[in-house]
Amino acid sequence: MNFLSYLISGVSLGSVYALIALGYTMVYGIAKMLNFAHGDIIMIGGFVVFTAISSAATSPVIAIICGIIVCTLLGVVIEKVAYKPLRNASPLAVLITAIGVSYLLQNVALLIFGSASKNFPNLFKNVPDWHVAEGLTVSGVTIVTICVTVVIMVGLTLFIHYTKPGTAMQAVSEDRGAAQLMGVNVNTTISLTFAIGSALAAVASVLLCSAYPLLNPYTGAMPGIKAFVAAVFGGIGSIPGAMIGGILLGVIENLSKAYISSQLSDAIVFAVLIIILSLKPTGILGKKIREKV
Amino acid sequence: MAMLEVRDLVVNYGSINAIKKISFDVNEGEVVALIGANGAGKTTTLHTITGLLKAKSGSVMFEGTELLKTPPHKIVEMGMAHVPEGRRIFQQLSVYKNLTLGAFTRKDKDSIDATLKMVYSKFPRLEERKKQIAGTLSGGEQQMLAMGRALMSKPKIILMDEPSMGLSPLFVAEVFKIIEEIRASGTTVLLVEQNAKKALEIADRAYVLETGKIVLSGGAKELMNNESVKKAYLGE
Repeated sequence: MNFLSYLISGVSLGSVYALIALGYTMVYGIAKMLNFAHGDIIMIGGFVVFTAISSAATSPVIAIICGIIVCTLLGVVIEKVAYKPLRNASPLAVLITAIGVSYLLQNVALLIFGSASKNFPNLFKNVPDWHVAEGLTVSGVTIVTICVTVVIMVGLTLFIHYTKPGTAMQAVSEDRGAAQLMGVNVNTTISLTFAIGSALAAVASVLLCSAYPLLNPYTGAMPGIKAFVAAVFGGIGSIPGAMIGGILLGVIENLSKAYISSQLSDAIVFAVLIIILSLKPTGILGKKIREKV
Repeated sequence: MAMLEVRDLVVNYGSINAIKKISFDVNEGEVVALIGANGAGKTTTLHTITGLLKAKSGSVMFEGTELLKTPPHKIVEMGMAHVPEGRRIFQQLSVYKNLTLGAFTRKDKDSIDATLKMVYSKFPRLEERKKQIAGTLSGGEQQMLAMGRALMSKPKIILMDEPSMGLSPLFVAEVFKIIEEIRASGTTVLLVEQNAKKALEIADRAYVLETGKIVLSGGAKELMNNESVKKAYLGE
């Protein structure tokens, strides 16, 4: 029974990683860049929701919607201001810019909210715990996290495969020039990708902070890095890869915390990553594109 | 006025001056060939016309609109399709999805379906394999897909870049037969080819490009009998 409960909370933590990893992997696939500021969008989302609830006393639903809107706009603005001018620059320049944006967001948050951790309220405390059996209880947050993630993943998959903007995203991700020849507006498609990725980060922030309530300007950094690892794990650029990578990472982390050592859990996660990447350098679902003349 | 008018076009590739002030015309209903050796600037010219590369100076007028000032994704909507070198089909998507991407800017579903039927009748192999992932097609089939995808936009003019490259003789013949059909249906073709003999056989007029300059131009038959063309490009 203990094992099952560790597994379920691992899936729940992994779901949050997966939501964040989707942002990394979509931006990488479509804009061909690593957006290291993605983790900090989570932190901003957390602060927006926290502020809306604690000082404006809005209802949680409205607060979450505010968080999603602010993060979406922020993601699009960051892309337009910081990354778009570097569209044809070297990948290294873009990477350094992304790290710069990450520090900028952290420091702006530090300036506004200070460095002391805030206690994020559990927005899902009204969701009842589920007593599955004797000794196995699944908390409300866990249920909400897993359900929300499943809905988002199904929705996103349908969106990518069955809508025109989704098809445009697939085309740009494979060959930007050819997509442009089809009449796809590459800039709009990249903006849309940042919008979706940042909106998912906002959702992840609410789920993450409800389960792990300490909110400070560095809250997004570690989940951001782990989600990046999850994206690489699953095969960066692959959407199902990010989902699988995220959940697997959460499960491995939680089980090693429970059975091996809570201090070494991160080390174990990264060791597994190294082993997987040495066996399959493109990640679990990473694609190797074959050229045909 | 010609359908496509290129005037004094200059394109730099990094520090290399790839296109040095070229001018040429394509009239409605014609097949015009650009021939020349590897590195002469043929692909660069096509890429500049459809906005994949930026020109340094000059003008590209398509039915009275300056393409060099048009956002690249708007060009296909104006009636210009480009079958790029190396086909550049979307390898990870299905054949069907590749074709629908060809009609990306079109809105009317019924008329898109009609075009799709037309493309399938021209390329029955694509209909047989519509659910297959495009990357698994043979080179010749991929070229058919690239041409079918271009036709899906219902273009007035198609730019074709080395459509016969790397294909078996059987597919080469098929490709040129299709270019004939495209012309017969009233669509204009600007054809870039290293296979100068085949290109001149099918074209009305041709321009010979050498290291970024047009060195010869004229009717295709006339160029076929030109001594220097014979020696340099036809291997006679």
